[in-house]
Amino acid sequence: MKRNLLIVGGIILTAAVIAYWTASRSTSWSEADVVTLRSLWIGSLPPLLEDPSNAHADDPQAAQFGQKLFFDTRFSSNGEVACATCHQPEKMFTDGLALGVGVGTTTRKTMTVIGTAYSPWMFWDGRKDSQWAQALGPMESAVEHGGTRTQYAHLIDEAYRADYESIFGPLPDFSDRARFPDVAGPVDDPIARTAWDAMTPADHEAVTRVYVNMGKAIAAYERLIVPGPSRFDQYVQAMIEGDRATMQSTLTDDEVAGLRLFIGQAQCIKCHNGPLFTNNDFHNTGVPTAQGLPADDGRASGVKKVLADEFNCLSQYSDADKNDCADLRFVTVDGEQLLGAFKPPTLRNVAETGPYMHAGEFTILAQVIQHYNNAAPGSMGHTELEPLHLTVTQMAQLEAFLRALSGPLNVPPELLQAPR
Amino acid sequence: MKKQTATVVITTVVTLVVIIAIFVFLMPIIGPRYLHPLMMGNQSSPGGLDTSTSMLSENGLFRVSWNSDPVSPPLNQIHTWTIHVETADGQAIDKAEITVDGGMPQHGHGLPTSPQVTQNLGNGDYLVEGMKFQMLGWWEVRFLISANGQSDTVTFNLTLE
Repeated sequence: MKRNLLIVGGIILTAAVIAYWTASRSTSWSEADVVTLRSLWIGSLPPLLEDPSNAHADDPQAAQFGQKLFFDTRFSSNGEVACATCHQPEKMFTDGLALGVGVGTTTRKTMTVIGTAYSPWMFWDGRKDSQWAQALGPMESAVEHGGTRTQYAHLIDEAYRADYESIFGPLPDFSDRARFPDVAGPVDDPIARTAWDAMTPADHEAVTRVYVNMGKAIAAYERLIVPGPSRFDQYVQAMIEGDRATMQSTLTDDEVAGLRLFIGQAQCIKCHNGPLFTNNDFHNTGVPTAQGLPADDGRASGVKKVLADEFNCLSQYSDADKNDCADLRFVTVDGEQLLGAFKPPTLRNVAETGPYMHAGEFTILAQVIQHYNNAAPGSMGHTELEPLHLTVTQMAQLEAFLRALSGPLNVPPELLQAPR
Repeated sequence: MKKQTATVVITTVVTLVVIIAIFVFLMPIIGPRYLHPLMMGNQSSPGGLDTSTSMLSENGLFRVSWNSDPVSPPLNQIHTWTIHVETADGQAIDKAEITVDGGMPQHGHGLPTSPQVTQNLGNGDYLVEGMKFQMLGWWEVRFLISANGQSDTVTFNLTLE
């Protein structure tokens, strides 16, 4: 009897060991998984797409000029705010804050510049449809740069005339301060707006043309800010090359388990797809309204703004042909799905770019994952989320994987600082 | 002899039960990948989905087919389709009014864009501009076609992988 017990005990132990070994050993990816992993791999990122709306997009001189403008704090109402104030290269071109802070405080979290050359829409609500049009928004926002376009035209005249003229041709004569006031623009500030309204249409256009060219130069610089390979990419590369040893040494078992969840049960890949981990579209994920801020309808208002934008793809300041503006021409203008919908940000370097969501509602990644796991309804519209039923262990694995998406930018170091 | 057989059966059963129990116990950690595909639920698209690119419309009035440029509809990239419309007996229809609609049935949302037929290319061919799919999985694309005083709908399925 005792012997029998011993035998049964031995069998149970062996079975347990076999079961544990089969379950815990790293399993291979299915063919469909390999296709999916490849689609997320940075090697699948195509070369920079042309920007037909910006004739100077690929001009290196324009990019150099744009870099100067990007870091120059004189382009603001108080002389202290540049693009780089919120888009800090050392913070992956974000600022580490819940809400962007320029001369005042905005109502949205600063999005990164990285990889935006690939996006048809800019900002959380897609209210701009090119990098150059985006760059011009904050410059005249009362809470960001706070300046005006005549102020900027005068500054270009005084500080950057040679740079400007070598790229865009002769700068108009802005010396008549009665015609071109120090501070004037179509902005919220009543004094600046009154001054702007008093100018002639021809003078409006002369100033606006310079303003637009500033945006196009900044965009030429920003186009060069693209992500580089992360540990995840090294893993996929090793997978493609059939190098199992490198695969195993590149990602931990937890990170691999998190990756499996990312493309499977957790459904992150539905919206965070492609090599930039974003589809650059708009989705309602039931994000709660940030404390102290009014409810934000996101894309519902954003689409109206981009259609009315004086700098959109179809505008007189765009260099694009009508046929190059398909994203704008066939944009969905209304419908429930736009309400409370926001653009999914890239997840590359996500561990370095918190706080998270459109108004920095969540401080750490674990809170974000918890939100997606619960799928609580948001304050506006209908959430696209459904509960994921992830365990605590799985949520930790998902976070571990997200942290494996960090990597250096694929950008020469001299572009990551103010030019000398 | 009989006792030995019983022992073998019992140990086999016990071993199996233990292995299954351990798999169930480890499920939260290893995920459901050892389950039979049938138990994985309806994750990508229903089995037996008809993804043909040429179909008869719902009431059998028109035969409709589509081509995408690029050939496989790309992810996250606005592109064009050409659709061909003919009568059920194969006569090209040149004066059709066509509207485009669609979405992801499993997610309850429509297309991310509002595509339109922008050109009648002749011989029953029509250019559809503004097509875009921004998620992987099962999509429906619907055309409402009016021609010769009659209207009918055709719904195509496609899966983006």
